[in-house]
Amino acid sequence: MTTEKTTEPLWWGLFSAGGVVAAFLVPVHIILVGFALPLGWITDTGTLYRYGWVKAYLFVLIVLPLYHWAHRFYFALNDMGLKPMNKTLAILCYGGAVIGTVVTAWILLKV
Amino acid sequence: MTGTRPDPSKLYHRKMPATWWLQKQSYFLFMLRELSSVFIAIFLLVYLYQIYQLTQGPEAYVAFTQKLASPGWLLFHLVALAFALYHTITWFQSSAVVLPVRLGEHLVPRQIVTALHIGAWVVVSLGILILFLALKN
Repeated sequence: MTTEKTTEPLWWGLFSAGGVVAAFLVPVHIILVGFALPLGWITDTGTLYRYGWVKAYLFVLIVLPLYHWAHRFYFALNDMGLKPMNKTLAILCYGGAVIGTVVTAWILLKV
Repeated sequence: MTGTRPDPSKLYHRKMPATWWLQKQSYFLFMLRELSSVFIAIFLLVYLYQIYQLTQGPEAYVAFTQKLASPGWLLFHLVALAFALYHTITWFQSSAVVLPVRLGEHLVPRQIVTALHIGAWVVVSLGILILFLALKN
């Protein structure tokens, strides 16, 4: 038996929080962004994105499901026989989510 | 929980074909659920790109929203919505198993916990819709 400290609880926590955010918030945003705006059911010029609390909300909405994706995609690829390269996959998946976090913060602050 | 685990090199791993998830419907549904996270992530990145257009001015933002009216994008959002709803339902179902709700001595039936989640989700979705309509310009 080996005793080791891992960062697994952190990633699992982010996965779980991302799952909750995706479950409760994402469908209505797909309806708004994917259908209501393009099809002209409602019109918008984007002024609401200037509010600080809207930015904070969007940061949570966009970033947490990225960690949810990283966790699920990493294990799905492992389960599909890519386990031998799991170190590379971990860097690509979780690293991708971290880069996504930085880019999201940068864009939201710039808008 | 302690950090004690068996030495991975001493564990036996049965060889599985990469297509094991095509052999049974429940395995296939499991993979579809995993795949839902990909579509949700792509949708959010597209949405982020739409917000980024505001740095080029409101015209660029409006032009991008209109670009999403093309049949290809509408199809993408239809597929993404189907996957997102699948994630929502399966997430609430598994929450009811992972976090059982007790009322005194009794365990609240899973179907009721799932139904309460769905009710809360409908209320939250309507709230977001109303807020968006109130704030948009």
